[in-house]
Amino acid sequence: MSETREKLLEVQNLSVTFGSRRHPFKAVDGVSFDVYKGETFGLVGESGSGKTTIGRAIIRVNPVSGGVIKYAGEIISGKVSRATDKRVIRNIQMVFQDPMASLNERAKVDYIVSEGLYSIHRHMPEAERKERVAQALRDVGLLPEFASRFPHEFSGGQRQRIGIARALIMEPQFIVADEPISALDVSIRAQVLNLMSRLQKERGLAYLFIAHDLSVVRFISDRIGVIYRGQLMELAGSEQLFAHPLHPYTKALLSAIPMPDPVRERNKKLIVYDPDQHGYTPADPPRWEELEPGHFVRGSQRELDAYRKILL
Amino acid sequence: MQDNVILSFEDLDIRFTLRGQVLNAIRGISLDVYRGESLAIVGESGSGKSVLTKSAMGLLDANGSIAGGHIWYDDKDLAAFKTEKEWLTIRGREIAMVMQDPMTSLNPLKTVGAQILEAVQLHQGLRGPEAKAAAVQALADVGIPDPQARYKQYPHEFSGGMRQRVVIAIAMACRPKILICDEPTTALDVTIQAQILDLIRTLQKKLDLTTIYITHDLGVVANVADRIAVMYAGDIVEVGSCDEVFYDPRHPYTWALLSSLPQLGVKGEDLYSIQGTPPNLFYEVKGDAFAPRNPKALKIDFVKRPPYFDVSPTHKARTWLLDPRAPKVEPPEHVYKLRERGGVGYV
Repeated sequence: MSETREKLLEVQNLSVTFGSRRHPFKAVDGVSFDVYKGETFGLVGESGSGKTTIGRAIIRVNPVSGGVIKYAGEIISGKVSRATDKRVIRNIQMVFQDPMASLNERAKVDYIVSEGLYSIHRHMPEAERKERVAQALRDVGLLPEFASRFPHEFSGGQRQRIGIARALIMEPQFIVADEPISALDVSIRAQVLNLMSRLQKERGLAYLFIAHDLSVVRFISDRIGVIYRGQLMELAGSEQLFAHPLHPYTKALLSAIPMPDPVRERNKKLIVYDPDQHGYTPADPPRWEELEPGHFVRGSQRELDAYRKILL
Repeated sequence: MQDNVILSFEDLDIRFTLRGQVLNAIRGISLDVYRGESLAIVGESGSGKSVLTKSAMGLLDANGSIAGGHIWYDDKDLAAFKTEKEWLTIRGREIAMVMQDPMTSLNPLKTVGAQILEAVQLHQGLRGPEAKAAAVQALADVGIPDPQARYKQYPHEFSGGMRQRVVIAIAMACRPKILICDEPTTALDVTIQAQILDLIRTLQKKLDLTTIYITHDLGVVANVADRIAVMYAGDIVEVGSCDEVFYDPRHPYTWALLSSLPQLGVKGEDLYSIQGTPPNLFYEVKGDAFAPRNPKALKIDFVKRPPYFDVSPTHKARTWLLDPRAPKVEPPEHVYKLRERGGVGYV
């Protein structure tokens, strides 16, 4: 089934290394996944797992040290032509975690939202630019009059909407949303999630939704990748992942989800993941394999055989 | 004060003066905290949940003051405290606090050991090698492996979860009776979060602590709380046992809060979201503060502030819906769903 859908973004064997040459640190190590047109792909992991680094590598902020990233069939990682660079900037936009920190405190909303337009469409007439800003604000449920205000005049949820409007004005096809709701209040989270799914339905947007909270990711994502210390551990459709988690780390993450349900919480059993529990040997190294259509797991041959039995 | 009540807020009013204007942050709150229980205070940012607990430790900002009411602890009225000297007999010693962000609540220039030592010397009166041994023991008590070596390290050498353990160790080194945890796990990963909550629970059992959690994460609340107080616009709108508030909520705000949770959402459908914004507390709030955002608000909600109505001996809510004369308003569907899913055996 997955063959018929159009791949929008392909990440193949991606590695990102930080630090000096003598002390390299592999933040992302051989990660591969695809994002299809119009879907939401959730990337889940704890802090330091490299999930944000992947997002930043896609928008060409962090340089790639190995592997390639393709967008609509074209390589966008490493050295690319100016035209490609511009296309990436226009088509892939980012929404950041903390709306308090990601908006320029000294600029008006009008400038914040249209900053991307200034750099891409340099000669856009002023009237058209104003209209585009007003439209972008309306799209995220804000009033066009807000354009003349400063960020500090808005609540957290409204600020996050401004962040989304800033991404939308470029008319992207793909948005990297890095923990877009973690810094928001519970009641406002619902507003922002609703807005994101409405925009997806209307415009066929694809999202890379980066988060550490599996329960929220389950609600919004079509497929989920679980990442641990720079490597993908498991990738599956979200219901598939919740119904048949295979990798022990996925199980640990699932067991830790805080549920707003006292009876469940009382009967909760925490699973603790120990990366040494696998006992990988050079003779039987871990591999990344598709066990059922669309369900990938990392494991040694012995483990993969055991996982297959569970799925049967 | 009843015997089993350890801390009691009575008709408390707290005001802040900002640019000549007066903000009513806490509007007449009465709340008893029972010995040995864990109470969760839930609410949005700006609802006053942090202000309420800070007032019991004398930590209000300089422009804030207690305008009325009492805070009873051990037959002392903390609301009447004036000097820092008086507060030092309470703060840390009787009531200690764990803050949200372990990155900012530890001193980056001092070793972790020195920071615990300070609390041990001040509150347990130990000196020299004895004090050091107690500090190392405090690290061991919160589950930090190899405490001898960790004692000499700086905060930046610790992970987020370990740092939060250090903060808890410092708070516990004062041997407090009440531990206030202000969003203790918001800055942490889910897996670490569960471990920290477990740690606090273990300490609570071992040392007979009373804990007050301040959080907006209802998942955490369901995990830790014996009782829940729901705050909105500087007031407590509903109080009850954990099961009562989750499975039989009565206030429209509690309904809205539970309905908007992504964990309970159905994929492909919109989540319930609360319209509008909380009231501006610079102005006097008329009637039920939540009424303007409540689509099913009654006429009286806009006119007269509702009193508390008892649902059960442990459960009360401030809403006119519980008045015998009120029309019957059904809670939203999500609230029923929660009751069916988890509340098996709950009536």
